[in-house]
This record gives sequence, structure tokens and C-alpha cells, in this order.
Amino acid sequence: MFATAYALPDLLVFAAAALCILTGAIGVIAMQNPVHSALSLILCLLGVAVAFLEQNADFLAAAEVIVYAGAIVVLFLFVIMFLGVDGSRHPHVEPLVGQRWLAALGVAITVAGVITLMVNSDWVSGVMSTSTGGTGLATGSGNVTQLGDSVFTTYLLAFEATAGLLIIAVVGAVLLARRERPADPDVEDDVVDVDVEVVDVEDEGEWWIIDHGTSEEVDS
Amino acid sequence: MTIPASWFLVLAALLFGVGAFGVLTRRSALIMFMCIELMLNAVNLTFVTFARSLSDIGGQTTVFFIMVVAAAEVTVGLGIVVAVFRRRESTSVDELSELQG
Repeated sequence: MFATAYALPDLLVFAAAALCILTGAIGVIAMQNPVHSALSLILCLLGVAVAFLEQNADFLAAAEVIVYAGAIVVLFLFVIMFLGVDGSRHPHVEPLVGQRWLAALGVAITVAGVITLMVNSDWVSGVMSTSTGGTGLATGSGNVTQLGDSVFTTYLLAFEATAGLLIIAVVGAVLLARRERPADPDVEDDVVDVDVEVVDVEDEGEWWIIDHGTSEEVDS
Repeated sequence: MTIPASWFLVLAALLFGVGAFGVLTRRSALIMFMCIELMLNAVNLTFVTFARSLSDIGGQTTVFFIMVVAAAEVTVGLGIVVAVFRRRESTSVDELSELQG
């Protein structure tokens, strides 16, 4: 039925993207192991990238894969592995009675309301808005040039602000994740003393290697 | 004829709903962050859809900035999770209840 109204490749691409998005999203919230959730998140993000591609947002599709699936999910996986979090610690703790059902009800009402609003309004077709303020969207061979022009001319101040935001985020992340180390100025001197003692007792193992390096430096 | 914008909008609404349900029900801070990413991506998909249907590049530019802010947010948020885990040995948000008075 739909094949007569819409081109079949477009339908197939949309179906594949929708399947990836919904499967991945449900996988994120259904998996008990956080690693599986992160992998489901990759599937969902790839589906979103395909949906971007289908709507002529080439640069954003590439950025979606690179930034989200390539950087953010890897950061998630790194933190999961680093913390050693497993899903079996609190498998089915429900702090508030009926919270799942209330959450499901609220989400269902919200989504249904949004879809009803979309059906009953002119938002979707864009009839009321004729895009007077913006420049027309290029079609066909993508619009990377147009997006770049927009970022570096109209939204230049916001672009510069994102540079400051990223610097602040990096500094903040480093400060947050920094391990509290003891403020002992004699730590390096202690290491040197330990090396000297290792020479005396002739201990085997890793310290012997360090001692070997220092002794070579002393000899040379 | 290409796929109508309403299909993508419904898909984005469903994706947002799944993400919101995950934030409301899952108790692990990491999973909640992932669900926030899901909701952000739903909004991104909506922006791109309206950029196409209204033929305005501003929607795609907004998505560009949302991606930057999401990256910064995840960086700081995961730093907070790591810092909390060092002190608590847990990422469950229900155990962080000192501020409730």
C-alpha cells in the first residue's frame, strides 16, 4: 500500500533506521549489564545517523557516528570498565512503590499527547511557516557547505562559546576525576632510598629492574 | 516522494519516551546518562526533520551545537560518576540521599 505512495528504497531505509533506533533504545533500558546497554546505545545512534542521512543531513550523520558512537560511547565503556560496575548488584530494586507503572503511564500520556498535537496541527507540514528567516536548504549533494556557512557567520558567537564550554568541561572533568594524592614532598627521595636498600638486600622482581636502571645512570 | 516528516517525528517521540522511561526507572547513574543521550538524540532527530520540512539550515546548526554540549555534559557527568564511585563504591542514585533533609 505504501509502496505506491513512497519510493521503496526510502521506505526500506526508514524501516531499517526505525528498527535500529527502537531496538537499541529498548535495549539500553532493558539490559542488566551496563556494557550491553552501551552497545545497544551504539545501535540506536547508528540508526539515528541513518535517519539523518535520509534527511540530507550528511555532516550531522558523520558527526553523529564520530562524536556519539566513536567518542561518547567509548567514554561510557571506559568508565564502565574502569569502575567495574556489574548489573547484579541491585537487580530489581524498586525504591518507590509503583514507580515503574507511574513512569510508564506518564511517558505514554506525554508521547500520545505529542503525537496527537502533531496530527492536529500544521507543524508537520510546515504550512504556516514559510521559512522567511532562514536560508533555503540545499538538496541533492548534501549541505555541508551551507552548514559551515551558517555556523561561521550567523552562529559565530555561539560557536566561540562552545569552544569555551569545551575547555571548561575538560578542566572540570580533570579536576573531578583527579585522585587525591598525598601532599608529601619527600616521595621521590623515599623511592631513591628504597632503591639503595634493594641493592643491599638483592631482592628479585620489579624493583630489581628499577634499581638496575638507576645503577646504570649512576655508572654512566 | 520521500518519507513524510511526521513519520520521523513520531519515531523521535517514541525514542524520547523510551529515554524518559529509562531515566525514571533505572537507578544506575550510568544507565541514566545513556537514557539522557537517547532523549537528546530524539530532539536532534526532531530538529533535523524540521530543518528538512521547513527548508531551514538553522535546525541542523542547532543539532551541531547540541552535539557539542552533549559531549561536554557527558565528560563532566562521567567525571562526577567516577568521583562518587570512589567515595561510595556504588553508582546507584538512590544511595546519594544526603541532600534530602
